[in-house]
Amino acid sequence: MSPTMSRTVAEARPPDPEPPDPDPGRRRHELRSASRLYTAVARGSFRRYATYRAATWAGTFTNTVFGFFIAYTYRALWEIRPHLGGYDLSAALTYVWLGQALLMPVAAMGGGVQDDLEARIVSGDIAVDLYRPVDQQGWWLASDLGRAAYHLLSRGVLPLLVGGLCFHLRMPSGGLAEEVLTWSCFLLSLLLGITVSFMIRYMTALTGFWLLDPRGMRQVALVLGMFCSGFLLPLTLFPSGLATLFQRLPWAGMVQIPEDVFLQRRTGGSLLSGLALQLAWVLVLVLAGRLVQRAAAAKVVVQGG
Amino acid sequence: MGEQPGSLVRTLDALRAYRLIAGMWLRASMAYRTSFWITAVGNAVTSALDFVVIAIMFLHTTALGGWTLPQVAFLYGTSGLTLGLADLLVGSLDQLGQRVRDGSVDVVLVRPAAALAQLGADRFALRRAGRVVQSGLILGWALSRLPIDWTAGRLLVLLVLVVCGTVIFGSVFVAGAAFQFFATDAAEVQNSVTYGGATMLQYPPTIYARDLVRGVVFGVPLAFVNWLPALYVLGLPDTLGLPGWFRFASPLVALAFATAAGLLWRAALRSYRSTGS
Repeated sequence: MSPTMSRTVAEARPPDPEPPDPDPGRRRHELRSASRLYTAVARGSFRRYATYRAATWAGTFTNTVFGFFIAYTYRALWEIRPHLGGYDLSAALTYVWLGQALLMPVAAMGGGVQDDLEARIVSGDIAVDLYRPVDQQGWWLASDLGRAAYHLLSRGVLPLLVGGLCFHLRMPSGGLAEEVLTWSCFLLSLLLGITVSFMIRYMTALTGFWLLDPRGMRQVALVLGMFCSGFLLPLTLFPSGLATLFQRLPWAGMVQIPEDVFLQRRTGGSLLSGLALQLAWVLVLVLAGRLVQRAAAAKVVVQGG
Repeated sequence: MGEQPGSLVRTLDALRAYRLIAGMWLRASMAYRTSFWITAVGNAVTSALDFVVIAIMFLHTTALGGWTLPQVAFLYGTSGLTLGLADLLVGSLDQLGQRVRDGSVDVVLVRPAAALAQLGADRFALRRAGRVVQSGLILGWALSRLPIDWTAGRLLVLLVLVVCGTVIFGSVFVAGAAFQFFATDAAEVQNSVTYGGATMLQYPPTIYARDLVRGVVFGVPLAFVNWLPALYVLGLPDTLGLPGWFRFASPLVALAFATAAGLLWRAALRSYRSTGS
């Protein structure tokens, strides 16, 4: 993977670092060049993942197979309890297949940026990254959004289509305006969910600066990501105390909230409060990420030689 | 396996090579003892998540597909135990595609030891025992809750289940590795059979579509890992309409499947072409 990576980095690198300048025209120019830079990073990351076609097909196949197995277990449960957790059978089956479609984009099991960043921290290459005249968090977020966009198109669409062919799934309904609103809110919610997931993975990887071996933290993050996100089961099925708690934690924004937006279980006020919760967690985590990043950068010792 | 003289010697040599390489990796991983324990416990917790899902489902129902929680726990325990043992023993094979890509399979082939033993023992990770221990605990709990009339026959079938289930899952790893010689990027396909298959076997066969069940009886024979022996051990009626002796056929199936996987592995190894890098 590294040759492609270094090509991406080389492409996306700005021509030369510019010193800060209070002149407004200059600042606008800087803003434009920054947005160009991050777009280039995201595009490069998209292309990098798109290179591995066989891996994509293999992964999509696996998502689809898991979708079938889990759908049958849900069907068995919902046939006994038809309105369990506020979902009817068709909504529950949609929950399964949409969950499989979202698994890779939101990286509920970790990965993406986490792999790259961990490797660079362990090898020490991160020192070179810190040299670059870009914001680390922004750089890696752009890169992860590019990856997520690719995974949404490649590993999201197909399992959902197969699921839709074999099971009766519930698509957004209620007239054109309602459908457009639901789809756009779903995409917005997904974007926020991916950002939350990115921030968690980013900070998990950064613990490598202190722990040297990030695998333990990664395991913890994986368990939390799978369990608290609602990926395994809708959170409303959990014992009520846990359900209430988990629905307020950042992980809910990765799977549960986008799912509920898609299934139109969140409309009106609860739609807004769901998106607001996601946005609030994004802000908190971005801020926390900056603090961790600053502390980590202060800890780096580059061996000269 | 073969008829040539000396095949026993070669097998013993291969086992010895496996033991030495696995021992080396074991010592290496024990150098970072904290990391070992964290990852082993993490492995067990991750694998326990699937059981948490089952437990939560049973908060809302008393039976799933006609099976009670201890009965489903029996399936869960045996599925995890056999997959865990196979993963512990030969799970490293699923990184073969990576090795083909970076050319390091060549190094393996010039060494005077069986390639399968070397690659199976490569990066031997005792932390994978986390899943084995966790599944074993659930299986123990299930057995303590189930009103099984223990006869010598039932005990034997249970022991055979663990051995043959491990062989069947191990054969999937070998066959999957053989496949990776041709499709170096497609390692994840075999996840759908190993991890996906193990997930499927955690639940009773009665909940799945008939064609799917038929597929894992006559296609990839995962039904012989635990579903069919479980019908006998738990004394449940067969709702699948299969011949009664299928419940005891696991050893035959395991032998046939292992042989097929072995032949596939040989064919793949013979047709291997180095990347030259």
